[in-house]
Amino acid sequence: MTLYLFYFLSFLAIISALMVVVSKNPVNSVLFLIITFFAIAGHYVLLNAQFLAAVHIIVYAGAIMVLFLYVIMMMNFSKESEPSKTKLSQIVATVAGGIFLITLIGALHFYDVDMSPGHSDPGAGLVGALGKVLFSKFLLPFEISSLLFLAAMTGVVLLGKKNNDNS
Amino acid sequence: MQTIHNIPMNMYLLLSTVLFSIGVFGVLLRRNAIIIFMCVELMLNAVNLLFVAFSAYLGDTQGQVFVFFIMAVAAAEVAVGLAILTMIHRNTGSVDIETLNKLKH
Repeated sequence: MTLYLFYFLSFLAIISALMVVVSKNPVNSVLFLIITFFAIAGHYVLLNAQFLAAVHIIVYAGAIMVLFLYVIMMMNFSKESEPSKTKLSQIVATVAGGIFLITLIGALHFYDVDMSPGHSDPGAGLVGALGKVLFSKFLLPFEISSLLFLAAMTGVVLLGKKNNDNS
Repeated sequence: MQTIHNIPMNMYLLLSTVLFSIGVFGVLLRRNAIIIFMCVELMLNAVNLLFVAFSAYLGDTQGQVFVFFIMAVAAAEVAVGLAILTMIHRNTGSVDIETLNKLKH
């Protein structure tokens, strides 16, 4: 049962990831990327990481994709169509991506990960267990990430505002 | 829970590899900077998935904390990157990466 669910979610993720790359309209790309993110969230649930699944949906599908949609809406792409690359560079891109994939899969064959699941703790992916680790061992990175957010927010405001003083 | 016992670890490795390669392929193929940005997000998510898979198979919570931090950094990165793209669009009138060739000799 879970194996079929895994195959279904993987199929959905890969197909919609491909559609992100090949679809012409950027809005369609965003929507397919949201489908991919939901499939990945399903994988997280299968892997017993329920809290991360919820955070993934909230952060990615809820915040980041909305940002993308807003920017696309502001730039108003719908009329102008993106000029595609030349045939040669398309072929080169396909070959390079394919070679990259084949190289990685070949490396995986050399390093055969035959891993049995460890002591499976049912509550490992819930808020309690994660929060205990986050606020004891990773307290300093957690606080530093708030500095990162402050810097990002300041940077975005500075970048985004129209500078009227120098013309 | 018994869920992960049926699925071999190699499957997750394969899935993450394929998703990452699709991201690389998209970055190489497209000219729209926003699509390229989305493909970078796809690559980040492939790595996140592998992190969670290893965390579940090793029975170690720290991998999930790492994924949490990656999500935080990705959110900040998207905000700054989209602001830069908006500025590029305001200055050059498009987000086609072929127009940004000032560094090319």
